[in-house]
Amino acid sequence: MKKRSIFSAMAFASVLALSACGGGGGNPLSGGGNTGGSEGSQVIVGSADFTESQLIGSIYSQALQAAGVPTKEQFNIGSREVYIQALKDGSIDLVPEYTGALLSYLDPKSTAATPDAVSSELSTKLPSGISMLTPSPAEDKDVVAVTQATADKYKLKTVSDLKPVAGELVLGGPPEWKTRTQGVAGLRDVYGLNFKDFVSLDAGGTLTMTALTNGQIQAGDLFSTDPGLHSNHLVALEDDKNLFAAENVAPLIKSAKQNDKVKKTLDAVSAKLTTDDLISMNAEAATGTNLADIAKKWLASAGLSSN
Amino acid sequence: MNWISSNLDRIVELTISHTWLTLVPTILGLIVALPLGWWAHRSGRGYAAIVGTAGLLYTIPSLALFILLPAVLGTKILDPINIVVALTLYTVALLVRVIADGLSSVPHDTVAAAEAMGYRGWQRLLLVELPVAVPVIAAGLRVAVVSNVSIVTMAALLGIPQLGSLFTQGFQLRLFAPLVVGVVLCVVLAVVFDGLILWLNKLLTPWRQRTVTS
Amino acid sequence: MNIVGWFTDPANWTGSGGIPAQVGYHLLYCAVALLIALAIAVPLGIVIGYTGRGEALVAGFANALRALPSLGLLVLLFLIISPVAAGKLVYVLPTIIVLVLLAVPPILTGTYAGIQNADPDAVGAARGMGFTKRQILMRVQIPCALPLMVSGVRASTLQIVSTATIAAYLGLQGLGRFIIDGRAQANFAEMAGGAILVAVLAIALEFIFAWLGRIIVSPGLRRAAAKESSPLATTVVEPASP
Repeated sequence: MKKRSIFSAMAFASVLALSACGGGGGNPLSGGGNTGGSEGSQVIVGSADFTESQLIGSIYSQALQAAGVPTKEQFNIGSREVYIQALKDGSIDLVPEYTGALLSYLDPKSTAATPDAVSSELSTKLPSGISMLTPSPAEDKDVVAVTQATADKYKLKTVSDLKPVAGELVLGGPPEWKTRTQGVAGLRDVYGLNFKDFVSLDAGGTLTMTALTNGQIQAGDLFSTDPGLHSNHLVALEDDKNLFAAENVAPLIKSAKQNDKVKKTLDAVSAKLTTDDLISMNAEAATGTNLADIAKKWLASAGLSSN
Repeated sequence: MNWISSNLDRIVELTISHTWLTLVPTILGLIVALPLGWWAHRSGRGYAAIVGTAGLLYTIPSLALFILLPAVLGTKILDPINIVVALTLYTVALLVRVIADGLSSVPHDTVAAAEAMGYRGWQRLLLVELPVAVPVIAAGLRVAVVSNVSIVTMAALLGIPQLGSLFTQGFQLRLFAPLVVGVVLCVVLAVVFDGLILWLNKLLTPWRQRTVTS
Repeated sequence: MNIVGWFTDPANWTGSGGIPAQVGYHLLYCAVALLIALAIAVPLGIVIGYTGRGEALVAGFANALRALPSLGLLVLLFLIISPVAAGKLVYVLPTIIVLVLLAVPPILTGTYAGIQNADPDAVGAARGMGFTKRQILMRVQIPCALPLMVSGVRASTLQIVSTATIAAYLGLQGLGRFIIDGRAQANFAEMAGGAILVAVLAIALEFIFAWLGRIIVSPGLRRAAAKESSPLATTVVEPASP
C-alpha cells in the first residue's frame, strides 16, 4: 500500500466521524462532484507525496508536453482519498497509481495477486469517469525486509525461511497489516509465520525503515524500489509463495481527458518503464538531485523526449 | 547547511505562503468574532449558546475540516480556500469566548464613569469598553495565531505549499535538514506573530500595570 | 457504517484492545504528560508572576511552543531517539515529549496571569496586616490565582487528550488506535467510534474540572466571581490539534 503520507492518519477518521453525526452511511468522499476542471486539452498532472510518485508524475507531464499536450503540475498530494477526490472533481486529470494498492483501496476484500488478475479486477471496480491506461511492467511491491545481520544469523533468503524463527522476531508494518491477507493474517495462513509481536508503524516509510535499522523491529514492510534497502544493507526476502499483490505502475486518468494522443504517449512511457529504472531513479533522488531533471534524463534515455 | 543554501528560494517561498495562510484567517476570524462576542456578552442565554457551539467546534480535528469543507462549500478539494475557511472557523471559535469575557471584565466603575461622561452605546463600546478589554483579547489572539501556524502544516495533505511541505520532503528523502528547518521556522513565525500582537497590545494599553507586589 | 453496532458489540469492550483498555492507556499517557507539565509550568509560572520579570521572554517562548506541528515533531523525535534508545522507550519518549510541550503553555499562562491578577485589595490588606512577601505569595496570591490556574490546567488537559491520539502513530495504544486502525482497515465505524470516544472523554473531563474548580477555589473568590465577571478567559482553550 502506498500510504507514506504522515499527515493523513487522522483526516479520514474525523471526516467519517462527522458524516456519522449527519446520519449518512458510507464514504463521504465517494460522491464526487464533476465540475469541469482544466480547460480544453490541458492535462493537470497530480502525484502523491512520495518521491517515486512525483518522479513518475514528472515523467508523464514532460512526455505529454513533448507530444504537444499542455500540462500543469499539482504534485505532493498527501493521501489517496484526497487525490482520488481531486481526480473526480476535476482538480487533477492524471495521477500515477499502483495497481495492487489501488485495488485494495477500492475493494479491501480483494485477494487478486497476479498482475493480470489485479488489472482485470481493477477495471470492474474503478469509479465512473475514471479509467486506467495500460499498466507498466515496472513494479514497486511490498517486501518483508530484514537486516543483513538477521539474514546471516538465521540464514534467511525467502519469506518461508522465517518459519522456524518468526517467534523470536518482531514484525513492523502499516496498521492495516494487522488483519489483511497481504499482511500478518496472510503471513500466518500462507507461510505459517507467528511473529513475537507486530508494531503498527507505516507502509514502507521512514518509521519502519528507522525501526528496522535500529533494531526495534527485526522484520519490516518496505517497498522493493526503496534505495534505502541497498544503502542500509537490508535484505528483501523473496516472496516465494506469491502472497503480495502485483503493483504495476499505471496512469489513472479522467476518462474525459483520455484522447488518442494522450493514450499513445502514456502507453509508450508505460511500456518503456522498468522496475530497475525506478530503483535507479529513486537512488539518484536520494542524493538530492532535482526530480524534474531525473525524469527528463529518463525520457531522453528511453527515446521519448521529442517527437 | 548545504541543503539550506541550495534551497533558500523555496524556503522563503514556503514561509511567505505559510504567513499568508496563517494571518488572513486570524484577521478574518477576529473581525467575525467581534460582533459575535459582543452579542454573547450582552445576552446571558446567548453566551451559553454561542460559547457552547464554539466549544464543539474545537473537537473537530483540522484535517477533517479541510476535507469536509469542499462538500459543504462546494469548492474543489485542493483549493487553498478550504484551509482559510477552516482556520477562520477555529479562530472565531476561540475568540468569541475571549471577547465576551474580555468585555465582561471591564470594571463596572469604568463603564459607569464613561456613561456619566456622556458616552453612549456604540461610542462607549468602541472608545471605552473595547480598549479596556484589549489585553484579554490580545492574549486570546496570540493563542489563536500561534495555533494557526501549527494547523497550517496539516495542509500538506492537500499538497498546498507551506512549511509542512518541508516535513514531507524531509521524510521522503530521509534528510534531517528540511525537517529541522521546518520545525524551527514554524516556531520562529510563531514568535514573530506573538511579538507583533504583544507590541500592538502594549501600544494600545499604556495604562496597564504589571505586577501587584514589587 | 454502523457506529452504534460497533459500540454495542461486546467484543469491542473486552480484551487488551477493547474500549476500556484503550481509554485506560489514553488516560495514562495524558496523566504522565500532565504531571510532568505541571512540574515544569507551575513553579516557572509562580516565579514569573511574582517577580514580574521575564514574562515577555518566557511567555513568548511558551506560546511559540503551541506552534509546534505535533505529528511532524513526533516523527522527528522518533528519528532522533531511535538510534540511541531501546525497546518500547523509543515509542513512548517522543509521544510524551510532544504532549508535554503542548501541555506547558496553558498551565504556564494561567499560573503567572493568576498571580499577577490576584486581587490587589487582598494583597494590600495582607501587607497591611504585616505579612511578609513570602507569606503574601503563599497565603494570598497563590490561592487567589487558583481560578486561572485551574482554567489553565483544564485547557492543557483538553489539548493533551485530543493530541494523545498521535501515540497510535508509533504503534502505542490509546484511543488513537481505533482511529488509525479503523481507517487503515476501512472500518469506518471503528474510526468514527474512536473519534467520538475522544470527544466524550474531553467533555467528561470538562465536567470534572468544573467540579474540581468548585472544590479547590475558595468560596470567597467564587462569590466575587459570580457577582462581577472576572477575566477568566486569560487562559483560553485551544483547537484540538490532529
